[in-house]
Amino acid sequence: MNDTSTLKLGHIQGETGIWEMVIGLEIHAQISSKSKLFSGASASFGSEANRNVSLVDAAMPGMLPVINEFCVEQAVKTGLALNAKINNVSVFDRKNYFYADLPQGYQISQFTKPIVGEGEIIVDLDDGEQTTIGIERLHLEQDAGKSLHDQHPTKSYIDLNRTGVALMEIVSKPDIRSPQEAGAYVKKIRSILRYIGACDGNMEEGSLRADCNVSVRKSGEEFGTRCEIKNLNSIRFIIQAIQSEAERQVDILEEGGTIDQETRLFDTSTGETRSMRSKEDAHDYRYFPDPDLLPLEFSESWVQDIKEKLPELPDSLKKRLIKDFGITSYDASILVEEKDYVDFYQQAANGRDGKLTANWMITELFGALKKDNLSFLESPITSENLGELISLISNGTISGKIAKEVFSEMMKSKKSPSEIVKEKGLEQVSDDSEILKLIDQVISDNQDKVNEYLSGKDKLFGFFVGQVMKLSQGKANPGVVNKLLKEKLK
Amino acid sequence: MSELLDLNLVEASKALKNKEISSLELTKAYLKSISDTSSLGAYLEIVEDKAITMAKESDKKLIDGNARPLEGIPVGIKDMFCTKDIKTTASSKILENFIPTYESTVTQNLWNDGAVILGKLSCDEFAMGSSNETAAKGNVINPWLKNKKMSPGGSSGGSAAAVAARSALAATGTDTGGSIRQPAAFCGITGLKPTYGRCSRWGIVAFSSSLDQAGPLTRTVSDAALMLNSMAGYDQKDSTSANLKMPDLMDYLDKGIKGKKIGIPKEYTQNGISEDIVNFYEKSIAWLRDEGAEIIPVSLPHTKYALPAYYIIAPAEASSNLARYDGVRYGARQEASSLDEMYELTRGNGFGDEVKRRIMIGTYVLSSGYYDAYYLKAQKVRRLIKEDFENVYKKVDYILTPSTPTTSFELGKKQDPLTMYLNDIFTVPASLAGLPGISLPVGLDKSGLPIGIQLIANSFDEAGLISTARVLEMSAGFNFIADGAAK
Amino acid sequence: MPNKDTIVDVPTVNKIARLSRLDIPEVNKESLTNDLNNILGFVAQLDEVDTSNVEPLASVTGHKLPLRSDDVNDGNIEDLVLKNAPESSSGFFVVPKVIE
Ligand SMILES: [Mg+2]
Ligand SMILES: [Zn+2]
Repeated sequence: MNDTSTLKLGHIQGETGIWEMVIGLEIHAQISSKSKLFSGASASFGSEANRNVSLVDAAMPGMLPVINEFCVEQAVKTGLALNAKINNVSVFDRKNYFYADLPQGYQISQFTKPIVGEGEIIVDLDDGEQTTIGIERLHLEQDAGKSLHDQHPTKSYIDLNRTGVALMEIVSKPDIRSPQEAGAYVKKIRSILRYIGACDGNMEEGSLRADCNVSVRKSGEEFGTRCEIKNLNSIRFIIQAIQSEAERQVDILEEGGTIDQETRLFDTSTGETRSMRSKEDAHDYRYFPDPDLLPLEFSESWVQDIKEKLPELPDSLKKRLIKDFGITSYDASILVEEKDYVDFYQQAANGRDGKLTANWMITELFGALKKDNLSFLESPITSENLGELISLISNGTISGKIAKEVFSEMMKSKKSPSEIVKEKGLEQVSDDSEILKLIDQVISDNQDKVNEYLSGKDKLFGFFVGQVMKLSQGKANPGVVNKLLKEKLK
Repeated sequence: MSELLDLNLVEASKALKNKEISSLELTKAYLKSISDTSSLGAYLEIVEDKAITMAKESDKKLIDGNARPLEGIPVGIKDMFCTKDIKTTASSKILENFIPTYESTVTQNLWNDGAVILGKLSCDEFAMGSSNETAAKGNVINPWLKNKKMSPGGSSGGSAAAVAARSALAATGTDTGGSIRQPAAFCGITGLKPTYGRCSRWGIVAFSSSLDQAGPLTRTVSDAALMLNSMAGYDQKDSTSANLKMPDLMDYLDKGIKGKKIGIPKEYTQNGISEDIVNFYEKSIAWLRDEGAEIIPVSLPHTKYALPAYYIIAPAEASSNLARYDGVRYGARQEASSLDEMYELTRGNGFGDEVKRRIMIGTYVLSSGYYDAYYLKAQKVRRLIKEDFENVYKKVDYILTPSTPTTSFELGKKQDPLTMYLNDIFTVPASLAGLPGISLPVGLDKSGLPIGIQLIANSFDEAGLISTARVLEMSAGFNFIADGAAK
Repeated sequence: MPNKDTIVDVPTVNKIARLSRLDIPEVNKESLTNDLNNILGFVAQLDEVDTSNVEPLASVTGHKLPLRSDDVNDGNIEDLVLKNAPESSSGFFVVPKVIE
């Protein structure tokens, strides 16, 4: 095994040198519409087989598509959020191929003239760095149905509920250089889609899937032959699949082999990619403009209307959080990941210590939710209550240590922190005379240690502080304890 | 009974409204005609019970004075129109058992206006053909000659034959490159293809989506006007449907053509036209001049390229439109152990030779490496053809041409696909340009076969097309009845 | 466009038949190849037309693509959807096993 610890992410050490990954992503995002792209059947998930199917979706003879306005609007909105060029005239094409869950024998998609052209987004990496990833295009298309292969030994079962559901395919430029960058890119796209409400981003239900195009090259060389890994539905799988695919390609190239351009599947059980068996059938999709649909046209003023209604997006919000609340870029990028986080944070931090609020939210709240297996929306602690807790810490009512106790009680009982503090009598004690009493008690109980301290064992100071705090059940104000102890033990 | 069959649609409608006849007796007369002329093979499916029920309902409305525009009129429907609970096969084996659960917009419009369905009419398979010989259930015979089996034309051959044989008072057809106008010409009746977008395509089995249009086949121009009044209309379910109101065509029957300009394109008389047709074409020009029209020679320079462009575009769209016939959700399936084998056997077995040829051509011209040379080139030529018409319509109101280069031919005589394609040489240009066209009979040739003349109007000018056709109809005074028609 | 006489050969016809999912019996292949060559030879006339400055025309309608509002007003008709199916089971269409 090579020592990979010094390698950059996305680099692979081979016998012949260091290989670099080149990655491009095609994200399929299901539009959060009520009905399908070209029919009035429901686009909802999880219904009984063939329930959400119209005669149009089943491609009955003579059935015709009529486009859903909401879907067009979401594509434009997304294009604007991706800082991309909006094409006021675009064309729907038919992509022709035979498959059991493709009733028409073609997918209605956009090929030469997509609704959205080039754009770019800023992606936040784990080390706090940022990078810009280019967007090649975004187009509207129909989803396919679902084939179930495990219901019968010699038959496949076909459910057309997903057939015709509206998708946006967002194609990146091959600008991504590591699996982690790919993961961050998907995260960012998902976050943008959720902000603007174009897609719920639910990867488990398949609302967001990615095809990953992966190739490797020696630094500075031309792009290598790429393979496409189809339909990855979690960020973890995206990262794993790209890493293992790149390693596979390096192994082949190092042995003097060549890469076949092909479509591959990621096997989650082995963590490796494998070639799709149906690949021997060379595809020729015979794209041509769908004669059942006319070119899609809209005015610039319609686009401007949508632009004006666009909510504040993560990048701008992040800058604002840093400026208004003085938090770190890293904390800000975590908070803007989800619209719900930012809204919560802004309410909790309003008029309070922004840094402290961010710490409590990211470390304590996120940690506790994860431990209890709760989603953010299920949080027992509201933004008002977290904000109140921050106030109690800041104004000295409770110490940080007591705050943690209050916090875990808040997780359990959903009560407000002031209520908990009052009920349990947890207010911090800062009164000199009360603390002096405790100090006297500790000194008299530990006369031997006092002597050691006075004869030069300075380290014991911490011990006295601890004893006083313990005696106060944590309620003594540590600052005051420190100050008074120093005077007492002179 | 025979007197009932003598009435054309407009006359029958009047007689029904005046309570001189009932829809039940009219419908029964036509049902009897259907059985009397069954050897022609025009009908694929007869729905006697339904016809009787609908006729009775119409009679009620007639008695109550609530008659709708087509109340009680028995019509035949080309098998390309999906009809709810009535087998719809597009004359193909692959759809031999298909029973739609829905009704096409155009036929629904007819029923909403009181028409009575007699049954489903044969056509070329998936409307691909010009002789009705590609129908899975066999040829339809042109009723015109009793001693010879002549082609009714295609693809709406069953529709044209039924109207000519008086086994339907009127019929629906679809026209992609001439499939209404050419069979109308062959069978001595009137066939109207409206402007693309005038009739909804929803529920009509698609052949070539950018060209397909429904229209009526009738005995007279006024009958066509009355039928199209009901068939046409905006439909939100068809994105290519035109949201334009069509005026009541019956108001345009007697407008005349004084001062109108008729264009005579020089490209339509050049080669291979039969002499009799040329004679009647010249007569038609003279008749229109006599009625006060100004005759203007015009040129449509790209006419020659219409047919080759059509035989790229139509098969290309068809290859994709027919991909849905895969044996999964409907239609005749050939069992096999793998999905791909099932597809290949189902489609190889279910489609006839002409359909397979067109699918192959269509697949080829769209395939990688050939798209630009064939498909894109054809679309560019299509624009030039459309521009030819646009230029001519700056100078004239209507264009007059023969409908076909020859009259009907004997069944089984034209084996070569390419020779067959040449039938549509005069109808295809207007199809590519999306323009409305009508073919009406103006005389008989030496062997006693009808000759059709075509009028082409500018987009959405069906009203003017009707006025002009009506003038020509009156001048020609064509009142022959086919030898094989029900008496 | 290529030479008129031999635009497609039998292997090409096999390829196109495969793309079209059409089983063509061996005995028919030669005559089909001939027919296709005749038709493709005929349409090759378009080569004569100068289209260098011509935009392709996909649709003759002058209007814009109409948009519908996002309402659920269809579906819930599994019985109608499955009614003509050659094979179905517990609400699914059934086909020979597909191998991915
Ligand atoms: Mg892809
Ligand atoms: Zn896609």
